Amino acid sequence: MHKLLTDSPGQTMLLLGNEAIARGAIEAGVAFASTYPGTPSSEISLNLFQVSKESDLYFEYSTNEKIAMEVAAAAAISGVRSMAMMKHVGINVAADVLMTLAYVGVKGGLVILSADDPSMFSSQNEQDNRYYAKMAGLPLLEPSSVEEAKDMVAYAFELSETLQEPVIFRTTTRINHSTAPVVLGNMKPRITKGDFKKDPFNYVTVPAVARKLHVKLLKNLEKAEEIAETSQYNFTEGAGTWGIVCNGVSFNYASDAIRDLKIEQNVKMLRIGFSHPMPETLIKNFLKTCEKVLVIEEGEPYMEEKIKAFAQEEKLTLPINGKGNQLFSRLYEFDPGMARQVIANHFNIPYTPPQIPDLSDAPEVPQRPPNLCAGCSHRATYYAVKKAAEGMETIYPSDIGCYTLGFLPPLSMADIVVCMGASVGTSCGFSKVTDKKVIAFIGDSTFFHSGIPPLINAVFNNHNFTLVILDNGITAMTGHQPNPGVDMTEMNLSGYVPVSIENLVRAIGVPHVSVIKPFNVKKSVSAIREALEFKGVSVIISREPCMLYAKSLKKLRGNRFQITDKCKSHRNCINDLGCPAFYLRKGQVKIDADLCTGCSVCAQICPEHAIAPLPRPLPEAERGVAGKKGDKV
Amino acid sequence: MNITRLILVAVGGQGNLLASRVIGEAALLSGIPVRMSEIHGMAQRGGVVESAIVFGDAKSTIISDGEADMLVGFEPSETLRALKKANSKTVVITSLAPLSPFTVAIGKGVYPDLAQVQNIIRAKTARLIALDAVSLAKEAGNVMSVNMVLLGAMTQSKKLPISSEKMKEAIAATTKKAFVEINLKAFDLGFSAADKSA
Repeated sequence: MHKLLTDSPGQTMLLLGNEAIARGAIEAGVAFASTYPGTPSSEISLNLFQVSKESDLYFEYSTNEKIAMEVAAAAAISGVRSMAMMKHVGINVAADVLMTLAYVGVKGGLVILSADDPSMFSSQNEQDNRYYAKMAGLPLLEPSSVEEAKDMVAYAFELSETLQEPVIFRTTTRINHSTAPVVLGNMKPRITKGDFKKDPFNYVTVPAVARKLHVKLLKNLEKAEEIAETSQYNFTEGAGTWGIVCNGVSFNYASDAIRDLKIEQNVKMLRIGFSHPMPETLIKNFLKTCEKVLVIEEGEPYMEEKIKAFAQEEKLTLPINGKGNQLFSRLYEFDPGMARQVIANHFNIPYTPPQIPDLSDAPEVPQRPPNLCAGCSHRATYYAVKKAAEGMETIYPSDIGCYTLGFLPPLSMADIVVCMGASVGTSCGFSKVTDKKVIAFIGDSTFFHSGIPPLINAVFNNHNFTLVILDNGITAMTGHQPNPGVDMTEMNLSGYVPVSIENLVRAIGVPHVSVIKPFNVKKSVSAIREALEFKGVSVIISREPCMLYAKSLKKLRGNRFQITDKCKSHRNCINDLGCPAFYLRKGQVKIDADLCTGCSVCAQICPEHAIAPLPRPLPEAERGVAGKKGDKV
Repeated sequence: MNITRLILVAVGGQGNLLASRVIGEAALLSGIPVRMSEIHGMAQRGGVVESAIVFGDAKSTIISDGEADMLVGFEPSETLRALKKANSKTVVITSLAPLSPFTVAIGKGVYPDLAQVQNIIRAKTARLIALDAVSLAKEAGNVMSVNMVLLGAMTQSKKLPISSEKMKEAIAATTKKAFVEINLKAFDLGFSAADKSA
């Protein structure tokens, strides 16, 4: 049985933040969940996916976040408790739904989880999604800890049903990826069947209806504000006159700092966990008891601006600070030491920060950036494209996925990355205004997610570029989730109908389509060359399973390779491929047999044919640490 | 309760997250408050994995520079990279088996000299326990047990509020059944190696 289905209320279990959120949803009787995977939200959906296999919870990996939200919205409108979860930038994709879904509302609880990523540990920006709640007019909840996250999810479902509105549940990476002991609660039964009752004058958002619905939304917002005033998630601690307002993880850093600085007697803290709409009376009353206020929030000055506006309305002139010089930054995530320092500065408390060792005499440590895996098919494709495009002036728009790592030397195969699908859209523009050969890269999952409309655009407007679809048969970057191209029988799941990328591309009317097997270097280079010479839209589908996924299915074949004494140290293998299985010992090129997966690309490009298969594959027990399954993105 | 802050750094695939899990379960078994966090953005792609573990009555789950009571590096150059987390009172444990980053092979960096790495750590912290965790793991019967060797060394240092018994109980409960015996042996080898380095 899945551990999140453990039916023993009161038991303490060590849970990852994302596991706690999934458990909270299960305790609340969530019956329907949909997602497009994205770090740092991915483990929530992974756990619900697993739970769905052994319960009547419906779960799906939707094709993108907009669809995930629409799917869940329909379930909630039909009265079924539903959840749609995504990373922060996923909300951008779903924003179109979100804005008008706020007007339409729901019947069953709908929790929309946005996993923000301050510091951009695995994202392309660090946008603060609290503004989405403000823009859409929806309630917003933000937990401070793993255990609070679990209980707050259940509260979010209740709140959603009280207001008949979706509720936005916003986390940050530091909540998603922290672990703490969590006390399990009771699990509500799931109600999996709903009913849709026709009500066109509330559901069909033609202008005349939408005008009424906006009035309803604003009324609901007033009701939400009333609830926020007395919500258990907005609370004060202490009775001093130095005010601290904080949210999310900042509450933890502020609490620890107050203890470390021994200023418990001086401080009064207001923790805002129900942060849209902001509890006006609660905040105004708080301000009236303070001499000076510090607002601690990662990201944008979302609370600070509102608190200053409240002070102005009350004609309060106390200093209120948050973001600024000597204060908190709008950049990156905070840490306990930083919060302690700023609190000490702001309230003039003597404080000596800890001594960070002086490392000026230490040797520089070589960088260890993430790299495409040994045996990654993307490396082979990049090599082949680079060879085929030799002599051409190129632009390489790329996209979001493992293959983005190809931007690093020695491959250097990405010139611009913006958002999901932008490789194809930007190619349309680049090919129009420059005379360079535009070659775009997109993964299979990202192609399904948002690469298809721009490809249709390219065909219709007769653009001139080559799109390489890196089809490794799985959504690899986020931990091997399914996408519409995946053969689900490999996961022992039935009832799915895989969509063929090749059929799709041909059906769109792309005039030049080819399919390559990238581990066959010579054939791939010549097929790519032909596609590059074509004037118009050409698509190359480079098909080879993700090595890690194949390994997890025990489908990795082929012998490992070694360097023989024919090696004359041209080092094309190292310098052109950048495969991490290679290393140098006393100036000699070597292959780490524990890392090599037998893709054979290096052997095909060695000018001396000095790379040869090892006589037999190493038994599993002799393989090194790097071959271990486990740590996932 | 006093707060103890522990940082673990490793290369993706070295079993850092499992080690953290064992420590968390051991704390739970001992009734000690514990919070942890991890950064493993692209661990399977050969990047660095860092875990922070905070014992005691703190709410924070991360550890600022200069504030770790113990720093454990699964790989020597990564221990050096993370040394800014330490201070003059920190106990540092490092494995001495290098995993050279690929940047070195393509000439974009030089792997630091191991003797120099140890001297620097010794000069700037309270105690260094250095051991070849890979050899000890192999001796125990599985090269993957590097994390268990280091758990043994951590426990020996007595810097963590967790007993040997609870740590072993957590290993038996958390790691795969087929490997428990080897893992416990690796733990003991790490424990006695740290004892000898005192």
